[in-house]
Amino acid sequence: MASSLFRNFQTYPLLLSPSALFRRNNGVLFCTLNSTTQTATQEKQPSVQTKVSPQSKVKTVDKLLKDYEAIIGIETHVQLSTLTKAFCGCPYNYGAQPNTTICPICMGLPGTLPVLNSKVIEFAVKLGLALNCKLSLSSKFDRKQYFYPDLPKGYQISQFDIPIATGGYVDLDLPVEFGGGHRKFGITRVHMEEDAGKLLHSGNGSYSQVDLNRAGVPLLEIVSEPDMRSGIEAAEYAAELQRVVRFLGVSNGNMQEGSLRCDVNVSIRPLGQVEFGTKVEIKNLNSFAAINRAIDFEISRQVHLHSQGQGDSIIQETRLWEEGAQRTVTMRKKEGLADYRYFPEPDLPGVLLTEEYVDSIRTSLPELPEMKRRRYEDMGLSMQDVLFLANDKNVAEFFDATVAKGADMKLAANWIMGDIAAYINNEKVSINDIKLKPEELAELIASIKGGTISGKIGKEILFELIAKGGTVKGVIKEKDLVQITDPAEIEKMVDKVVSENPKQLEQYRAGKTKLQGFFAGQVMKASKGKANPVLLNKILQEKLNAKN
Amino acid sequence: MVLSTAMKPSKYLFSCRRIHHHHHFPSVMTINANLSSSQSQILSIRESLLSRQVSATQIVESYLTRFSLTEPHLHSFLHFCDDSILKQQAQDLDDKIQKGEENLGPLAGVLVGVKDNICTADMPSTAGSRILQNYRPPFDASVVRRIRELGGIVCTVNPWDLSRVPGGSSGGSAAAVSARQCTVSLGSDTGGSVRQPASFCGVVGFKPTYGRVSRYGLMAYASSLDVIGCFSTSVVDSAILLHAISGHDPLDATSSKRGVPDFTSHISSINIMHSKPLKGLRVGLISETMKDGVDYGVKSAITAAASHLQDLGCIISEVSLPSFSLGLPAYYILASSESSSNLARYDGVRYGNQALSTELNALYEDSRAKGFGSEVKMRILMGAYALSAGYYDAYYKRAQQVRTLIRRSFSAALDNNDILISPAAPSAAYKIGEKKNDPLAMYAGDIMTVNVNLAGLPALVVPCGFVEGGPTVLPVGLQMIGAAFEEDKLLKVGHIFEQTLQGCSFVPPLVATALS
Repeated sequence: MASSLFRNFQTYPLLLSPSALFRRNNGVLFCTLNSTTQTATQEKQPSVQTKVSPQSKVKTVDKLLKDYEAIIGIETHVQLSTLTKAFCGCPYNYGAQPNTTICPICMGLPGTLPVLNSKVIEFAVKLGLALNCKLSLSSKFDRKQYFYPDLPKGYQISQFDIPIATGGYVDLDLPVEFGGGHRKFGITRVHMEEDAGKLLHSGNGSYSQVDLNRAGVPLLEIVSEPDMRSGIEAAEYAAELQRVVRFLGVSNGNMQEGSLRCDVNVSIRPLGQVEFGTKVEIKNLNSFAAINRAIDFEISRQVHLHSQGQGDSIIQETRLWEEGAQRTVTMRKKEGLADYRYFPEPDLPGVLLTEEYVDSIRTSLPELPEMKRRRYEDMGLSMQDVLFLANDKNVAEFFDATVAKGADMKLAANWIMGDIAAYINNEKVSINDIKLKPEELAELIASIKGGTISGKIGKEILFELIAKGGTVKGVIKEKDLVQITDPAEIEKMVDKVVSENPKQLEQYRAGKTKLQGFFAGQVMKASKGKANPVLLNKILQEKLNAKN
Repeated sequence: MVLSTAMKPSKYLFSCRRIHHHHHFPSVMTINANLSSSQSQILSIRESLLSRQVSATQIVESYLTRFSLTEPHLHSFLHFCDDSILKQQAQDLDDKIQKGEENLGPLAGVLVGVKDNICTADMPSTAGSRILQNYRPPFDASVVRRIRELGGIVCTVNPWDLSRVPGGSSGGSAAAVSARQCTVSLGSDTGGSVRQPASFCGVVGFKPTYGRVSRYGLMAYASSLDVIGCFSTSVVDSAILLHAISGHDPLDATSSKRGVPDFTSHISSINIMHSKPLKGLRVGLISETMKDGVDYGVKSAITAAASHLQDLGCIISEVSLPSFSLGLPAYYILASSESSSNLARYDGVRYGNQALSTELNALYEDSRAKGFGSEVKMRILMGAYALSAGYYDAYYKRAQQVRTLIRRSFSAALDNNDILISPAAPSAAYKIGEKKNDPLAMYAGDIMTVNVNLAGLPALVVPCGFVEGGPTVLPVGLQMIGAAFEEDKLLKVGHIFEQTLQGCSFVPPLVATALS
């Protein structure tokens, strides 16, 4: 079911005034629906809340939860990053001025016809394969019919009984901090469809406007099996889908922009019960954290009701996640099963795929997150490291490129997860934005390992390269940073420092051996950090202890 | 005498007195092919222009004069373009000729009437419906664009009226051609709405193979059945117009990528003076179309047409299409289902008339209640019902299965025959309102044509005779059905049939009077 938040306010009371406004200029169109009510109906619904404080409630429920099992399934809509929309030549740019990327076709003007963008098929096949699905070599488009102002044709072109891909699964590894563990979740189906426009509601709710920029943008809907059992599992499932679409390059997967939208279905049942409980749909989940928390909230709510003998008040409905209040509230009750009067889209020929086409796409697939994780694991990295490196496409590519240049795998991982990650987090940039090239990181690691520079100098060079770019060799040369490994030269510096600090030397020799650090620091300072620390300490110790 | 003012120009007075088709143009020499300009208004116009005996301006003026004489009786044009637009186009053409530019498009100076459910950017296209009142599309339909590129002068004709039966809905296009208000015209044919009015009006009507002509810009009624077709006063003109609008269109995914043969060259290569020009052509008369329920006069005219074909050398046999009678219910289920969906966009939100309302559902309901006529509402209800959960299998799906049967039975019949023939309608034109309260009788009038749409085949209707109609006689059309994409064969046969049919004129007397 294609969904946007607004579109599912089927009962939204738009009150139209005689001044309903239409402007049509150069194909740009605004439709203004004036309304006099303020908000959606959910405001009037008393939410089912317990009287106990949140703290004590959580504790109670935690105990209760052990007797119940949650069943969670997710419908995900992924907006494809094709250059043009699914059935016309319009581009789609998130955030563009309303009704600026529209044409007669995506406006659904009389007489216009859809022509399928072949990239949509290519992306669907890619995702189907990446999710280990069986592809339908012969599928078709259908019309899903309903009335809403953001749906210009009065139907959505979608796929009904023969989706392009079915029966797959995703593998994922839960984060270590959440207890870790491998999971495999089933994928029921993947199908192609078009997005609808958006309704923009005025601040005071007195009117609504239709923006058709998004109308006709291609989507893939991914329906999971009801295999997830907790908020974190569901959030990680969604995160894995995001990784997969990003690795494939079929979508930017950005939840804030609505490029990845998840609707979750949650039900609970007492452990041991075979039948499913009544399922509740949750919408308005704009982040993985929201998915996690909304589901856990909903599980608690349902378990609480069930354990109080109020299982009947868990009804089939759509609930909205309120980020501010951290709770779900009733949005609308299901008014029976909607009849969308699906029938095959007569304006589009069937979608026929050949085995050769599918094979050519299969062979062109990039390494996917799960394959990367298994490979990194086999390389001997810890699961924490594996997840950090493999779960971000850009980080994984940087890591792979660094290792490919001969860098020690463990050291490369440490640098990336340590100083580089810290820099990226502080500056709020992507690893692609830094000026350090993977081959230079490899060079840096080699230079430290080979003794040309110290680790400390290495760190300095790293930040220099991240900020300004250039090569390791260039910076070393430019700043004269080659490590001093000549024992005679170091000895000279040690002698100087020792002779300049007689008081400390006396204390040292009186047994305050901790002062070695002080001497080491002074020598390092004198060498401008370039002295080989191992040599320095060896020589220093000899000198300090020599006259004993 | 007052002619009917509506889409079904019943009560035309026809006579068998032969009048000269082209007396308003100076007689011209034939051009290099065997085709004579006396067989074609389009060729006649072309020759007049090239020989500079007549200017485009004079041609347009003669149409405008005739239009002003006939339109008060016909009302076939909803939005006749501004005279000045037509005159300007004619002037531009004359300038071109004056400069000696010889590369005139094949439709140069030809007035093409376009049914107003086909989008034209410079004129309102309202599908004759209140819900689209004053709607002006921002683009030309692909067929309109092609006609303009080839030099044609486009004007809009009467409507696919959403408040009326689409069965004969291209009546305005047919009437306009019959009355010589335009040279040729375009209509749309979902279940026979080019062929039936052609038959009623005594003009040539051509429904091409589904996919031959782009539907882009045709306001969809039933997408899997809709085809844009031609009206003309001769088969040659339909061939020229069809050739102009045929071929793949990247904007219509259902348009065929097959090459388009030169339909006119197929015609011009025929020597109609040959005593048996159609020698050996196998013609199957569909037996189900000559049974009870078909007017006696129509049957006689078709039988006479068959023997005429036999005289031309054809081998006539009766062929049975056992699934023929299933076509009507299957057609009405499929057409209603698709139209219930295609008409959903007329919701008053983006274009057309919007009802004043205080609530969203009421906005939809009132806009559609006021915008659609009762016949359309009935079809939307039927279609929505047929597609509903629980009924889909019994209606829509079953109708699709019937469609497959029909397609197969046509295919088998066309394996054994070059073409099939039948009446274009079970009766001649009936009076407006005659079948208003009997929708089933009205729908039954489509029995001859709907099967062809279900099978997606090309069909040509040529006037073949008359039946008595009270104080007057009414024309009868012969339908010739060909295999998919074999339009050339139908045009060739139709041309010979037309050119050898003796002693009949299908020019309405009113028009003949206006012309003289």
